[in-house]
Amino acid sequence: MKIISRIYMTLVFIFLYAPIFVLIAFSFNESRSRAVWGGATFKWYLRLFENKEILTSFSNTLILAIAASIFATILGTISVIGISKTNGIVKKIIMSVTNIPMINPEIVTGVSLMILFVMIYNVTGILEPGLTTLFIAHTTFCLPYVILSVMPKFRQLDPNLYEAAQDLGCGPVKAFFKAVLPELIPAIVTGGMIAFTMSIDDFVISYFTSGTTKTLPLTIYSMTRKRISPEINALSTILFGIIFILLAVINIRQIKSDNLKEN
Amino acid sequence: MKTQRIIFPYAVWSLLFTVLPLILMFTLAFTDSSEKLTIDNFLQVGKYSSVFVRSMWLGGFSTLVCFIIGYPVAYFISKIHVKNQGLVLVFMMIPMWMSFLLRTYAWITILENNGLINTFLRSLGLGEIRIINTQWAVIIGMVYNFLPYMVFPIYSVLAKIDTKIIEAAQDLGANKQKVFSKVIFPLSIPGVISGIIMVFVPSVSTFIISKMLGGGSNLLIGDLIEMQFLGTTYNPNLGSAISLVLMVIIMICMGIMNKFDSEEEKRQAIMM
Repeated sequence: MKIISRIYMTLVFIFLYAPIFVLIAFSFNESRSRAVWGGATFKWYLRLFENKEILTSFSNTLILAIAASIFATILGTISVIGISKTNGIVKKIIMSVTNIPMINPEIVTGVSLMILFVMIYNVTGILEPGLTTLFIAHTTFCLPYVILSVMPKFRQLDPNLYEAAQDLGCGPVKAFFKAVLPELIPAIVTGGMIAFTMSIDDFVISYFTSGTTKTLPLTIYSMTRKRISPEINALSTILFGIIFILLAVINIRQIKSDNLKEN
Repeated sequence: MKTQRIIFPYAVWSLLFTVLPLILMFTLAFTDSSEKLTIDNFLQVGKYSSVFVRSMWLGGFSTLVCFIIGYPVAYFISKIHVKNQGLVLVFMMIPMWMSFLLRTYAWITILENNGLINTFLRSLGLGEIRIINTQWAVIIGMVYNFLPYMVFPIYSVLAKIDTKIIEAAQDLGANKQKVFSKVIFPLSIPGVISGIIMVFVPSVSTFIISKMLGGGSNLLIGDLIEMQFLGTTYNPNLGSAISLVLMVIIMICMGIMNKFDSEEEKRQAIMM
């Protein structure tokens, strides 16, 4: 039984990693073609730093992801407090609306936002599709994830904590920052990280709301229709390496500290 | 009531950017290009019924394959030492951190007629298989991209099952197969249902995977919608109508799945 499960898991992992190995291998491929192996080279890594199109879209992606995830995290945390103050039918309506971007197919969210932005732009001339509309769209689809990540933690909180802080002389705002917020930080960080990763990898919604501005996924998409330049493979290999090392370090430290605790 | 006002920013935001866009889409779907009320768009959707059928079939089949592959994965992960489970899950998630467009694109290199699989088969003298630009390539792409969405919810339910329940079943004389079919599987159904929803919704509405791996002949609902808004056949009214129909189809599917879920819960409650 153990052997069967080992073999099975190995096969599944080969399936999951096969395309990634292909990408990494081809980032070192001398030949431009994706079918021919022309020997090993580092030239795509060097050319990457000269490719304006890729670098610009990469910086757009980063700016957008940082801005949208920070804003969604702040707005989402405030919303959780706000939602906790409502009840009955109002709460039900707000929670159903919160679920809409999660349940709806991405393409429907993207298309409906595009309709809104185009209409606003045609009528008023403001909000030309670009980074601003991308920011609004990304914040909108990230918000539910922040809310659903912070909400359970907020519910577990001891309501006496807030009152105790007020009894000890804090005003309502200070009581929130001193007594409530520190307890929520782990959940807020998780929510923010989910929002960041969702934003950085989003293609479908950006595709409909970006106008002529390019994020990295959009640049990759336009390349797949002609010819992928191998610099992209180099960039993703670098990003993959960073994430892989980061997650490995975090997990190994986790396992080590767990072992220490047990001893 | 000053404290209630704190909900205002969020209420305004979701009204403007979640509810209003859907209302606009709804109005577009029921009007024509000169803003007259009509149901013509929905009658036109009927012309594309073959696209809907193909999307449902490919999405449904991929969901089934994800379930068949993913359930054992979730089960095996829940069986390994608790300390290592997190690590295995992280390794399942790492591929998802790489741009899904690039990963899907890499499948072309693997599957194409002169690709890695065929080169391998030819070197063994086994001839070659044609996968790229067929429905099978689209199914592989969907299963590849959405498999983790099936594994995670099933795993999280399996990991929570109280081992005492399994021991009790064993004490009462159930063998391995019985324990699985009568205890573990029924308890994991909520996870299976969220897995099915999480795989089915993106696969039925995707437009990239079919475009990249399916060639031109495997048009899906997602491609159809994209064409109406950014493609050659610009027609937002028809596009909105198709989007609405897609939303309704997905809502019906989710309703059926949730009903299934609550009936299972009722059955379990009676058994207890």
